[in-house]
Amino acid sequence: MNAPVMTARDLARHYPVGGSLFSKPQALKALSGVDFELFPGRTLAVVGESGCGKSTLARLVTMIEEPTRGTLSLSGKPVTPTDWRHLRKDVQIVFQDPYGSLNPRQRIGTILQEPLVINRPDLSTADRVARAREMLGLVGLREEHFDRYPHMFSGGQRQRIAVARALMLDPKVLVLDEPVSALDVSIQSAILNLLVDLQERLNLAYLFISHDLSVVRHIADDLIVMYLGRAVETGPKQAVFDAPRHPYTKALLSATPRADPTVKHERIKLQGELPSPLDQPPGCPFAPRCWRAQPRCHDERPELTGGDQRAACHYPLDAAG
Amino acid sequence: MSSDATVPRKEGAPERPGLLREFWYYFRENRGAVFGLWIFAAFAFCAAFAPYLVLHDPTEQFREHFLQPPVWQDGGDWLFPLGTDPLGRDIASRLIAGARLSFFVGVVVVAVAASGGILIGLLAGFAPKWLDAIIMRIMDIILAFPSLLLALVLVTILGPSLVNAMIAIAIVLQPHYVRLTRASVLAERQKDYVTAARVVGASRLRLMVVTVLPNCLAPIIVQGALSFSTAILDAAALGFLGMGAQPPTPEWGTMLAEAREFILRAWWVVTLPGLAILVSVLAINLMGDGLRDALDPRLKRS
Repeated sequence: MNAPVMTARDLARHYPVGGSLFSKPQALKALSGVDFELFPGRTLAVVGESGCGKSTLARLVTMIEEPTRGTLSLSGKPVTPTDWRHLRKDVQIVFQDPYGSLNPRQRIGTILQEPLVINRPDLSTADRVARAREMLGLVGLREEHFDRYPHMFSGGQRQRIAVARALMLDPKVLVLDEPVSALDVSIQSAILNLLVDLQERLNLAYLFISHDLSVVRHIADDLIVMYLGRAVETGPKQAVFDAPRHPYTKALLSATPRADPTVKHERIKLQGELPSPLDQPPGCPFAPRCWRAQPRCHDERPELTGGDQRAACHYPLDAAG
Repeated sequence: MSSDATVPRKEGAPERPGLLREFWYYFRENRGAVFGLWIFAAFAFCAAFAPYLVLHDPTEQFREHFLQPPVWQDGGDWLFPLGTDPLGRDIASRLIAGARLSFFVGVVVVAVAASGGILIGLLAGFAPKWLDAIIMRIMDIILAFPSLLLALVLVTILGPSLVNAMIAIAIVLQPHYVRLTRASVLAERQKDYVTAARVVGASRLRLMVVTVLPNCLAPIIVQGALSFSTAILDAAALGFLGMGAQPPTPEWGTMLAEAREFILRAWWVVTLPGLAILVSVLAINLMGDGLRDALDPRLKRS
């Protein structure tokens, strides 16, 4: 845990929407200015409700799309589209839906070898097969699975295959885009344990995107809470979970079910809807739904402030709540 | 049940589920499709072995046997089982030789139209918006013409012959493949496995051919089977209008046209080639429907 393997500064992505012959397209601000650092062997979790820009962040980090603004650097070197080809093998992704992420017409062996066929033409076929088989064992699948097609596997097994494919190129960063939310709870823990195990063995940096706080509590080291394309709170997991400073984080935490019925549980119910990302309010994006909002919140956008645990709020909650 | 080797495989044990067997299971459900498949097989057999099946040279004229009726009618004999045409040629032999021509037309037209259509469709599916729009508008223009009319125009420009008729029909049929391929490509492109291939660094060509195309093939195969019959029908229509195969070629449509004036005197000269067209086209369409049921997962009953 020394130098960050990936650094993002003020990363933003706007999509033009609704442009026609006569009207200028509006900018949909899916992501507006996010900073983070990923360290080898550590997990950064990104949480937030749907539409807050989590998946857009994943697309930027995996170099599928170019950021509208901001910089991404990998091992200290800035990432530009011309270098994508070489940098791709350092950042890989595991998708949410294990049923859509494997090509139904390819055998597992072919799927696992594809990254090598594309990026390592120097390897012989025998080498590729050997590596793919080895990886199959690493993610807990058996030899005989090598020649099967994806439709013959369960969701959990497919997700293992997806993880194996992502690891074929020895990446430094693995983006996990809700990797377990499509799985049964019993399978979820197996996949999570596999991921933790692989991280320890391979010293991977994880960018773990999720809306499920109980999963995040299990796997994360650090946390970014996102709201409408912005980070509203960041910090070490324990600190954020113990004493959230942003009201949104507190509301989010209060919505997670606890397995302990004796703990008195006060659920904060948020009023209203997520504002449209096309037409963002000038002040704090959370102000329309916040129960602590003051007039200032509606006019002036708060910046992330604080030490280790930073929150973007004019009136952050103190430890007492 | 004593030795392990003779114990039959447990029901439902995970064995490679032959894709072919699964296909056959669904195909068999449709009785008409199986019936069509048999007719089509007979048709293909005739086409393949035409030179060995005919009784006479299909263009040879027997001067003593003009318009001889089929064997089951008064005046017929086994020398010409289905009778002769106005020039004394054996109709049975001409029908079998015609099957070969029709099959040839079907195969070539579908191959040309499908390969061209798939290529253009793939390009349109992956191309930037403006190029996609241009390609699709051109296809819409081709589709806006009644297909036979356009084929007629093309043959008029190219000159009447069977080869030119095939080219014309291929051009007319090709937009269907373009649209079908493009639609499947656009649907498949959204899926995560394509994104995964991109993250791994697959080039655009690799994405198109290796990743996406194999997943788009099912509807294209069905379209291929169905347009096989369209090709035969259109070729016969062009032949009938004198724009396709030229006499004395034993092409079914041309045979119809030549015998038109004898329709009242000798029913067999017109009816039999017409029946040949009807039965083969019907059989192929039935088979195509069965293919669609078997290959399109949305229509599958589990």
